[in-house]
Amino acid sequence: MIVHEDVICSFCGCLCDDLTVEVEDNQVKRVKHSCRLGASKLMGHDRIKTPMIRQNGELTEVSYQEAYDKAAEILLRAKHPLLYGWASTVCEAQKKGILLAEEVGGILDSTATVCHGPSVIGIEEKGLAGATLGQVKNRADLLVFWGCNPAEAHPRHTLRYSSNVCGKFTSEGRKCKKVIVVDVRETRTSKNADKFIRLKPGSDYEVISALRMILSGKAEILPDEIGGVSKAELISLVELLKSAKFGALFFGLGVTHSRGRYKNIDNALSLIAELNAQTKFIIQPMRGHYNVAGIGQVAAWETGFPMAIDFSRGMPYFNPGETAACDVLARQDTDAALVIAADPASNFPRSVVEYLAKIPVIQIDPHENPTTFLADVVIPSAVAGIEAEGTAYRMDGMSLRVKKIVESSYPSDEEVVHNIIASVRRLRSNVIVEGGT
Amino acid sequence: MIIRGGIIYDPTNGIFGEEMDLCIEKGRVVEDAKGEEIDARGLLVMPGGVDAHSHIAGGKVNTGRIMRPDDSRSGVEPRTRVCRPSTGYTVPNCYAIGYRYAKLGYTTAFEAATPIISARHTHEELEEIPIVDKGALTLFGNNWQVMESVRDKDIAKLSAFIAWGLRAARGYGVKIVNPGGGEAWGFGSNVKGIHDTVPNFDITPADIIRGLAQANEMLRLPHSIHLHFNNLGKPGNYATAIETLELLKDIKPSRMRQVVHVAHMQFSAYGGTSWRDFESKAPAIADYMNQNSHATMDMGQLLFGSATTMTADAPLEYSNARLTHNKWSNLDLELEEASGVVPMIYFRKALVNAIQWAIGLELALLTKDSWKVLMTTDHPNGSPFVNYPEVISLLMSKPKRDAEMATLHEQVSKRTVLANVDRELDWGDITVMTRAAPARVLGLEDKGHLGIGADADIAIYDLKPEDVDPSMDYQLVKKAMATTKYTIKSGLIVAKQGEILAVPEGRTYWVDASVPKADMDRLMIDLNEKFEKYYSIRLSNYMVQDAYIPNPAVIKAGLELESGSLVKEVA
Repeated sequence: MIVHEDVICSFCGCLCDDLTVEVEDNQVKRVKHSCRLGASKLMGHDRIKTPMIRQNGELTEVSYQEAYDKAAEILLRAKHPLLYGWASTVCEAQKKGILLAEEVGGILDSTATVCHGPSVIGIEEKGLAGATLGQVKNRADLLVFWGCNPAEAHPRHTLRYSSNVCGKFTSEGRKCKKVIVVDVRETRTSKNADKFIRLKPGSDYEVISALRMILSGKAEILPDEIGGVSKAELISLVELLKSAKFGALFFGLGVTHSRGRYKNIDNALSLIAELNAQTKFIIQPMRGHYNVAGIGQVAAWETGFPMAIDFSRGMPYFNPGETAACDVLARQDTDAALVIAADPASNFPRSVVEYLAKIPVIQIDPHENPTTFLADVVIPSAVAGIEAEGTAYRMDGMSLRVKKIVESSYPSDEEVVHNIIASVRRLRSNVIVEGGT
Repeated sequence: MIIRGGIIYDPTNGIFGEEMDLCIEKGRVVEDAKGEEIDARGLLVMPGGVDAHSHIAGGKVNTGRIMRPDDSRSGVEPRTRVCRPSTGYTVPNCYAIGYRYAKLGYTTAFEAATPIISARHTHEELEEIPIVDKGALTLFGNNWQVMESVRDKDIAKLSAFIAWGLRAARGYGVKIVNPGGGEAWGFGSNVKGIHDTVPNFDITPADIIRGLAQANEMLRLPHSIHLHFNNLGKPGNYATAIETLELLKDIKPSRMRQVVHVAHMQFSAYGGTSWRDFESKAPAIADYMNQNSHATMDMGQLLFGSATTMTADAPLEYSNARLTHNKWSNLDLELEEASGVVPMIYFRKALVNAIQWAIGLELALLTKDSWKVLMTTDHPNGSPFVNYPEVISLLMSKPKRDAEMATLHEQVSKRTVLANVDRELDWGDITVMTRAAPARVLGLEDKGHLGIGADADIAIYDLKPEDVDPSMDYQLVKKAMATTKYTIKSGLIVAKQGEILAVPEGRTYWVDASVPKADMDRLMIDLNEKFEKYYSIRLSNYMVQDAYIPNPAVIKAGLELESGSLVKEVA
């Protein structure tokens, strides 16, 4: 048996790097220190066994090379292919993906589009005042969880980084910290809170605006109730925020995908900037997939833009609302899709999925998911962080190198995309040669 | 390869405008060579440019890109046979950085500020920057381990930590930004001077600066400490600048170089008590530089137009955001640093900006020895590096400066002395400030000159120095400096008349310093505790792995000891 220490969990944006994993006969036997979600991923589950191509309506086993060639043919034949996903894979694969999108004149977008995409747009408007999770651990005496539920979605966040951990200036742990939860319903996270503020659904923008008004001394012109919360309660909340030595606000999809979307984030970022005139305050999005932050970083340094990038002009063009995955699918402005490390069939609006089902779809994934059922080419890959190494960015932007702890006969995502690029180049040069004679 | 008949400027070797042939073989300058010939008859030939202070890679730069889609929309250029697409102006994508440096005749660029904890990210970006050789300076000025070792007056342990940190970050040298201020910013405050107490650590910025300078020399690092002063960007801060330089006067350099390099001096040469009575103190700074020889500086020239300010001086960025009401990003990094990013437009019509513009030029023109002044814009804080030709033409032409001054607020000629400065730099000065001096300041022995054995990094400009009077023909100078006729990197033609022909991968320099094992052992006790208790990342996952440095150029440094006691490989 081999015991691997300090293994990095490639499940969620917490990217916990303190797991102990026991491997025997090239199989993960036991995972220690992780949460259940992480352990479940590391222990592994059903895999797509071989590459497949849909023939006469049925997915039929083929060789990897046949699958790469078919994928390349689809991408080359398409006028405006979409290359979507990229969140649950490593940066090395993402880099190749951007090169592939350039070569086939496609659109590259990530799962952030149905997740923290609005946060990114908020940041484009206002910037973001953040801190690494260790800074929060060592200093934060006030934690606000707004529209997020780490107890269930990021189970070790509170224990490793935020409310229930001891640090340099927080040596008493939970006892020396105040926890505020703002949400539309009670959650397991709110049960750990000192103060729970329950909003009416869709009223985040109003409530954030009210907090900003109270902060700037304009409380008297507010109505008595805002978003289901009394003015008095909001005034006491502002006092609490101001009393922090170091406050940290974490937010989730409850804010990014409720009414107002990126405007909610824009408003929240402004609130935090203004709080810094009174005390120290930071804000961070609770990123979901373990490397969804990474695709934003990689895309930004390679193309200048973090998501929704259209290469059909031969150079990057970015205009979310026009060039994001759901936009082009809803407009039927794409005629083939490559889906990697994602499951749009489960997460996209129904009408969009219906269109996706009509166009050729290439799927690259270790696991079967609903997208597999509408895929025309299926290419199984190794699980990064278990069977392949590479770079991932934690929710706070810190990068780590996830490890390979078991051998696998599957190619890594990076190799798969690399091989598709090779097929694209070969097929294209054949076309050019044929065209020239 | 032979470059025929160029007018060579190679100040390191005492050559100032002599017609010579240059022979290149296997990426280096040699006595004699065969093969391809380049006709450079009468043309200006210099070593490839070396940028010793530029923000080109890492978290701050990428934050700039992410928060500025407006910037990424400018400067867009499509894919070519050899190039990936380019985007951006102040925050270009990685590819554009490499291509644009190469077109300017620059072949080396150093990222100026990398926290150890996010160095992996910096190297991921550096790897993607094509053509140029590169390196990254590592931030030490607000690091808990540094501050504790300074407090304990344990310079040996501090040296061990620098050696460890440079290895962990694959860094090149010791960068210090607003020492103590980053720590104070952890609870939202700042330090106000070099003798202010750093909260929770019972030391002062002066202690940190002196300690790091002593350790830097103990380790005989190729570069000196590289210092961003306290109070940077504030009226009246020239006093802090001189006070800080005085701190370091008695420290003996361990190599033939300065004891301290001052980053972007323009931002620290301010007089006045507020923005209302703001004025230039560049003459005072230049006087100091003329009378002392332990310091070098880079200009940090500001140019009118768009910029993106980005620095590990996080409180400064917060002030910038409050001042301009512009968008603000900040990132505090546990146990180490803080940082911020704020977009900025410098207005020709704003008196403060116009004075800042003049200060950078005054510093370069009033400091007599051009080896003490590197030409930079602190890209992209003062202006993006693509505007270096504008700076060169300003430095070389009094008529151009006068023409510019005529468009500025009348107070500029009262609050600066620029109007009375007649000095015009020549091609020798420019070659020093853009190549020879940066290479010497960094301690890059094979760069910045064209002697036998030097790296064959060469810029050939479409300008005949014997026919052009830079004072009068400043437009011609600016145009010629913007696009080389040929840029040669390691003996390969990478750019020709503005077209990129080849995209070799550059090397990444880092410094591997040895220290006594006993000191390293003592240090590791401290570090193990920090990683157990305070970091959010495990020690075994923290250090930058070899995979991120595909083309390393390792410079050895460290303490002279009996061979048995050297630590070659740090855990």
